[in-house]
Amino acid sequence: MWNYSEKLKDHFFNPRNVGIIEKPDGVGEVGSLACGDALKLMIKVNEGGRISDVKFQTFGCGSAIASASALTEMIKGKTLEEVEKITNQDIADYLDGMPQEKMHCSVMGREALEAAIANYRKVDVGKKEEGEIVCQCFGITDKEILRAIKENGLTTVEQVKNYTKAGGGCETCHPKIEALIALAQGEQKQEASIEVPSAKKKLTNIQKMKLVEETLAREIRPALKADGGDIDLIDMDGNRVFVALRGMCSACPSSGFTLEKYVEGKLRELVSEDIVVVEVKS
Amino acid sequence: MRDVYVDNNATTRVAPEVKEAMLPFFEDLYGNPSSMHHFGAQVEKHLIYAREQVASLLNADSEEIVFTSCGTESDNAAIYGTLASYPEKRHIVTTKVEHNAVLHYCRHLQKNGYRVTELSVDRLGRINLDELQSSLSDDTAIVSIMYANNETGVVFPIEHIGQMVKSRGIVFHTDAVQAGGKIPLNLSALPVDCLSLSGHKLHAPKGVGVLYIRKGTRFSPLLIGGHQEHGRRAGTENVPYIVGIGKACELAHSHIEEERVRIRNLRDRLEIELLKRISKTRVNGDQENRLPNTLNISFESVEGESILLLLSKEGIGASSGSACTSGSLEPSHVLRAMGVPFNAIHGSVRFSLSRYNTEEDISYIIEKVPPVITRLREMSPFWSATS
Repeated sequence: MWNYSEKLKDHFFNPRNVGIIEKPDGVGEVGSLACGDALKLMIKVNEGGRISDVKFQTFGCGSAIASASALTEMIKGKTLEEVEKITNQDIADYLDGMPQEKMHCSVMGREALEAAIANYRKVDVGKKEEGEIVCQCFGITDKEILRAIKENGLTTVEQVKNYTKAGGGCETCHPKIEALIALAQGEQKQEASIEVPSAKKKLTNIQKMKLVEETLAREIRPALKADGGDIDLIDMDGNRVFVALRGMCSACPSSGFTLEKYVEGKLRELVSEDIVVVEVKS
Repeated sequence: MRDVYVDNNATTRVAPEVKEAMLPFFEDLYGNPSSMHHFGAQVEKHLIYAREQVASLLNADSEEIVFTSCGTESDNAAIYGTLASYPEKRHIVTTKVEHNAVLHYCRHLQKNGYRVTELSVDRLGRINLDELQSSLSDDTAIVSIMYANNETGVVFPIEHIGQMVKSRGIVFHTDAVQAGGKIPLNLSALPVDCLSLSGHKLHAPKGVGVLYIRKGTRFSPLLIGGHQEHGRRAGTENVPYIVGIGKACELAHSHIEEERVRIRNLRDRLEIELLKRISKTRVNGDQENRLPNTLNISFESVEGESILLLLSKEGIGASSGSACTSGSLEPSHVLRAMGVPFNAIHGSVRFSLSRYNTEEDISYIIEKVPPVITRLREMSPFWSATS
């Protein structure tokens, strides 16, 4: 059973603003039957540029219905300029949070809102943001994935799946998603590189720990997760990095090999040449 | 409102008789059955009796019964134990619709150099015996095919499959976790080498399983240590739970006829009424060869999790093959292998009955489901478009 907040449950059991607006000023439709969720958002906009009425129809799970309901409450009576600033995280926050695995429902809400506004302004954006389709199963483009990564600070394929659904089907696009994560992080690093010293320079302890954590999350954890394993950073002492293997990795007789060759190699390459990895059993 | 539990393929309530049988082993009967003293001896005789109770349900010899911790362990042990006994053979045959305890284990082995054939199924969830025949080779160590599917209840022709596999001298394992206690299993006549059962699917508690290993079958244990279970599964016996599954098997044996008649009638009534009262609804799986307790039904254009949440609010506990209920984002691999359209997979609901369900329960479900589907369909953008 999902751990849904009381507010989310309330919006699911008693959804607000369900229905159809006969002559809407803007309509946004996102999702599809194949995806397992879809949302059609209809808005009325008055002369002052305010959303005077909003209705929705949705096909989807509890959190999809609740996200749509919440969105309608959030935008009613607001100006288009105000509602344009709403992010998927705002929708999740409005519902007192939602399970990580369900964050794509909030993304769907934000996408439907954008589509409805664009439709009102007669901007032809089509159903999808332009870009190359990465996830064939759910028809998710690289642009959509990059945006979700940047807006929500995603670092793993699993998170991208939770936020966009990309990679949730046949999984063959996982390497592409990993590449997009690396790309987004590369861009962010460039933006930040003015203040932060580069990886190979002398690092402070805090910088080093942060970089180790990042490298574990970005480079190592996704690879281990693909085999049903996981890794936790336990502690750092000088150049020694203490980690614990979880899941399948913890029981794997070749985990010593995994650690030494793989984790240490990656950390030496990306953090510091003198890193020593120590496995702790916990 | 009443509580109606119809998710018995997920787990079952512990039978009161089972609980009663177990209690002394949390009190006075705490000895280790391996011990020489009377504390151990008085416990050991209950272990022997439980083994006989299980053997009786399967029409097997009690020496062929190995107690495990769960159905997954039984499945893993059967496959591992066979592969380790035939190290020269590197091929495994299974199906696309197996429980993950078999399917994911085989895929894990595939990553470690084994060749795995996953047999496909048709629209009714039936395997193609010709495909099975042509998949077998001298390199095949084991064929693992479930007795009955957990999601659809479709029963495979295990006798026919077993003959085919055995005639090639290949070990045949069947995961009978869903079949055990619901339909008769006669291992004295069935060409099966290994068979898995799970306690909590037949009114014993979670945490105990059975692996049947036919006499004369080569087997290497998964757990190595003490001599317990004739060296086929090390570890001090989980006596209270073994006594529990023994009692549960005895009860299941005496209720098999009830499954065949009363529970099947309840299921059939539920199926007929839901199909009659709700349009654009379909039954998933071969209705001719199906467990008597299982109904997998799809309501088009609605999503399963929403159905389950609304039904749960009415006190009804069922399950769904929808992506959103799976924990991953992947819809049921069983329904996908059957080629069920997405529109129907997302709106699939499984009702699985037990001997504790009554006519009143079924009437209650029949009354509560249609308004839930109507409510969700009225909310769905696809429904107004398609109807």
